[in-house]
Amino acid sequence: MSKKMHISLTVNGKQEEFLAEPRELLIYTLRERLNITGPHIGCETSHCGACTVTIDGKSVKACTMFVAQADGADVTTIEGLGNPDSLHPLQEAFKEHHGLQCGYCTPGMITRAAKLLEENPNPTEDEIRFGMAGNLCRCTGYQNIVKSIRAAATEMNAAKEAAE
Amino acid sequence: MIPAAFEYYRPKDLSGVISILEEHGDDARVIAGGHSLIPMMKLRMADVPHLIDLQDIPGMSEITVTADAITIGAMTTQHDIIDHDGLATAAPILREAALQIADPQVRYMGTVGGNVANGDPGNDMPGLMQCLNATFTLVGPDGERTVPAREFYEAAYMTAREDEEILTAVTIPTPKGGYAYEKQKRKIGDYATAAAAVQIIKDGDTCTAASIAMTNLSDTPIWSEDAAAALVGTSLDSVALKAAVDAMLVDIDPSEDNRGPVAFKRHVAGVILTRAIERAWSRA
Repeated sequence: MSKKMHISLTVNGKQEEFLAEPRELLIYTLRERLNITGPHIGCETSHCGACTVTIDGKSVKACTMFVAQADGADVTTIEGLGNPDSLHPLQEAFKEHHGLQCGYCTPGMITRAAKLLEENPNPTEDEIRFGMAGNLCRCTGYQNIVKSIRAAATEMNAAKEAAE
Repeated sequence: MIPAAFEYYRPKDLSGVISILEEHGDDARVIAGGHSLIPMMKLRMADVPHLIDLQDIPGMSEITVTADAITIGAMTTQHDIIDHDGLATAAPILREAALQIADPQVRYMGTVGGNVANGDPGNDMPGLMQCLNATFTLVGPDGERTVPAREFYEAAYMTAREDEEILTAVTIPTPKGGYAYEKQKRKIGDYATAAAAVQIIKDGDTCTAASIAMTNLSDTPIWSEDAAAALVGTSLDSVALKAAVDAMLVDIDPSEDNRGPVAFKRHVAGVILTRAIERAWSRA
């Protein structure tokens, strides 16, 4: 065992301080240390995207980052996007358009999609498929995921226009 | 998957990195985006007792574009390359290649420096850098030196970089003419079954210069001088195209793996190179 280091993280706006071995993978920090269980462990080999979180403005697979690398970072998970009383437009759209079946990939899908829409608020179907290529779903065939993201984009753009 | 324990360092400058490398030799490795190294550590195929994180070293993510040359800091990510308007104009082949690497999440983390320094024959940037005649800047205890990409790769994971050196930047003569990066892969996120980087200069109807490099078809990238020479002086008719492919097939030495047997890889290499040359020519 290597010696523990002091880690300071902001997760969903909340400051977290703890001691951890540098080799701890961020996905375990979130799930087992901080009880933030939205990000899932799917393949654990950087392929499936179920563990996707946003770190300092980047979509990152939390199974492929040591907690030491994330020291000082700002992390957002699905829990930081919406809650049962106030769903994020993407959560609303996935519910409305059957964008999930078993739900396992959904937190990673929505967290990634939120970043995609931030960078490209009005994506075409092709751009959505290309931008979501790091997230695997074994239930839906992707059709309704793409539809959900398109619907959320329309909704979010309308809300933005109404506010202006 | 839990990697073996390691000591973690996050130095603030290059001299801090080099002194740790000098102290621990090949027991120490630098980590940039980590998307090659961390999976290997999780599988315990890489043993790294001392891990040196480069994220706090200033100035390593800079991209400089001038009329003659492009310099890309080693910590520049694939996402940064895709997102950079100046690069998209000056060297569009970089963006075309970066878009074919891995998936969006991996491209936010994976760096140019890591991709070229790792020496993995599956990585796309080494062949591309050979095509573009890039030079790599290495900094070590004795100062700075540059090594041409075409002389950097010795064998799989074996490069001209010494253990106590760090690759800090890639410099490319601003490319001219038509370009194409063509890649065949089994699925998103996979390495190439075969990939080709091509730059072509056209004068009237005649090819006056060409550069061709192939990826994942030998234990190093293959810059094929003979394939390029087969195009120069021709108008890229079918005879010239076939001569280029035949010359390339002499230079590569693929091995069988789960992407297919040798005969299949040679077939795909020919198809991919033909497509790349045709696309580069159409843009020249």
